[in-house]
Amino acid sequence: MKKLQSTWYNMVAVLTVISVIAASVLAYVNSVTEGPIAEINQKNLEDGIRKVLGDDKVAIPEPETAEDGSLIYRTEKGFAVQAKDPQNASFGGDLTILVGFDVEGNIKGYTILKTNETPGLGAKAGDWFQQGSKGCIIGLNPSKNNLTVSKDGGEVDAITASTITSRSFLRAVNAAAHAACFSVSADATTCATKQQHMDKPEMNEDIEELKFDKTKTLNK
Amino acid sequence: MSKLIVSLSPHVHSGDSVQKNMYGVCIALVPALIASLWFFGIGAAIVLATSVISCVFFEWAIAKFLLRLPNCTVCDGSAVLTGLLLGFNLPSNLPVWIIIIGALVAIGIGKMTYGGLGCNPFNPALVGRVFLLISFPVQMTSWPVPGQLTAMGADVVTAATPLALLASGHLDELPEATDLLFGNVGGSLGEVSALCLLLGCAFMIWRKIITWHIPVSIIATVAVLSGILYAADPTTYVSPLVQVLSGGLILGACFMATDYVSSPMTHKGQLIYGVCIGFLTVLIRLWGAYPEGMSFAILIMNAFTPLINTYCKPKRFGEVAKKGGKK
Amino acid sequence: MNYFKILLNGIVKENPTFVLLLGMCPTLGTTSSAINGMSMGLATMAVLICSNFLISCVKKIIPDMVRIPSFIVIIASLVTVLQMLIKAYAPDVDKNLGLFIPLIVVNCIILGRAEAFAAKNNPFASILDGIGIGLGFTIALTLLGCVRELLGTGHAFGFELFSENYGALVFVLAPGAFIALGYLIAIVNKLRG
Repeated sequence: MKKLQSTWYNMVAVLTVISVIAASVLAYVNSVTEGPIAEINQKNLEDGIRKVLGDDKVAIPEPETAEDGSLIYRTEKGFAVQAKDPQNASFGGDLTILVGFDVEGNIKGYTILKTNETPGLGAKAGDWFQQGSKGCIIGLNPSKNNLTVSKDGGEVDAITASTITSRSFLRAVNAAAHAACFSVSADATTCATKQQHMDKPEMNEDIEELKFDKTKTLNK
Repeated sequence: MSKLIVSLSPHVHSGDSVQKNMYGVCIALVPALIASLWFFGIGAAIVLATSVISCVFFEWAIAKFLLRLPNCTVCDGSAVLTGLLLGFNLPSNLPVWIIIIGALVAIGIGKMTYGGLGCNPFNPALVGRVFLLISFPVQMTSWPVPGQLTAMGADVVTAATPLALLASGHLDELPEATDLLFGNVGGSLGEVSALCLLLGCAFMIWRKIITWHIPVSIIATVAVLSGILYAADPTTYVSPLVQVLSGGLILGACFMATDYVSSPMTHKGQLIYGVCIGFLTVLIRLWGAYPEGMSFAILIMNAFTPLINTYCKPKRFGEVAKKGGKK
Repeated sequence: MNYFKILLNGIVKENPTFVLLLGMCPTLGTTSSAINGMSMGLATMAVLICSNFLISCVKKIIPDMVRIPSFIVIIASLVTVLQMLIKAYAPDVDKNLGLFIPLIVVNCIILGRAEAFAAKNNPFASILDGIGIGLGFTIALTLLGCVRELLGTGHAFGFELFSENYGALVFVLAPGAFIALGYLIAIVNKLRG
């Protein structure tokens, strides 16, 4: 077979045919893989939420948006809150985390969704605050415990040589707690702190303290 | 043009040699050395000794066994100087094995890969330091607090350096400028006492080992730039005095940026080089991911040195300026 | 033509990474671990074999003046298909290489082999060339990934050889990629004589 000449007609025809074939192949593969890809994306988020809540089977509801833009997933096992450092002042810019709280506001788990921290330093935040590590925050309750680094008078050990990241991370945790407990909710009983707030007047102080704490942190 | 000019003796010889200049720089580092021993004690001595010994050893080993150079290049003092400068850039509680890796990188990657002294495009000590900084960030950024004469290893109290405080926005915790001047702050060995470093720098300028162009242009640029920012917003930026005296700025400006091999040759080129280093340092300090930008700025400008040299070629002697052209 | 020679050519004589220095972006970008390097090499090899085969088949009906756009459309479609398949069926690979898969399109190895080999040879030889070059690329990337992972984290293919605390982190990051690649090329060239 002789090679096709580069005439105008030939070129248009060949390019058109190739493009049409390529487009139809892509369309077909896309239609096949669309389902699995969407499933995987959803699964990643659900895995994250289940991980931070420590429960493999919990049903994932639609998220609610808090005033500060945090996303709150309310489940029967507690809340998973996707929050950012409100000051945006970690070492490498944005820090987005997903924190799980039980109905009483105790931290059940967390995972870092987005980070630009220095590898080997701030990037350790993914493990540092987990159960069994030095700076463990699991089981602490932002409404009772002072979730700031020990250098600032808090209860959490900062990551070695990464105090700035640690501060930022803890601000994000506090923001998540704030969003979970003070956001507008149709069912006030699902919000642990609010419930306590109504039931036991003495808890009032705690909440005021928490608010005060936050303004303090924010002013720093 | 290509005629070789032959003239009768006697010839004037300035007495300059690689050796003489290298050891001159080493002498200039003595005040800072004493200061670092005073503030950090035995830890500083261990760091410096390890660094110098391993640098000299690697230089000797690579020259002998890998490159098979005919002459011994160890004796010219450049490896000793690299070792000293590397040591000055490290915290005093750094484990010995990290220092040895740093020396291997400084001499092996930073210098001998390119063919030894005179061929390296980057300052070897800085290559070693930056390598360690990126590789072992935890150990490299836990600066011991000075004044713990006998403390060693993991026992020492560590603290953030002034620049790390700056990066995190804790201006109120910054030390006073006088502390910075005399060296009573946390930091690597050589960045503690600005006064001793300046003394050494003055010595080098007096002995004509270096000229004033590079150090002065770097320090002036940093001072002016941070001064403008400080004037614009004193709450977020610190005063130029603190900027100049903190971190490795003076060490870098006087001892690292002035490295013969990796800095431009003409005075005009040196000024351009210095201003760019100062500019980059401020940029990295204020907006970069690392609190200290001096070493990165010097390395970046080292890469530009050949370009600057091409731009600032000295005019050939006897060449007549073109008509209409600039004289 | 000796088919075995074609196969060997890509692995040793014209190794795309160590000799031709082609496709540096994925080489430097994806080799932070041995597994990552190998996955990238294999993904590139898959595209390379398919593109070499397809282009060799259709070379007669593509007029010379539009051959580059035609090749690019074919390669880009193949890469997009591969990307969608990886996203759907190998999400872990996607997590590590996601950013780099689309870049296979602009990997000069693929267009280079299409131009230099597939457009001139029969489909079978082109497939062999794709396998050879692809293997050479995969071996180089795996080797580089191995060195970087070992020096950077003390692991090799995920197995711990020494504690992570002694790893030089720089090798996992971009500067280490350049340093490691430079020394590997030097060693390979020394060995090749």
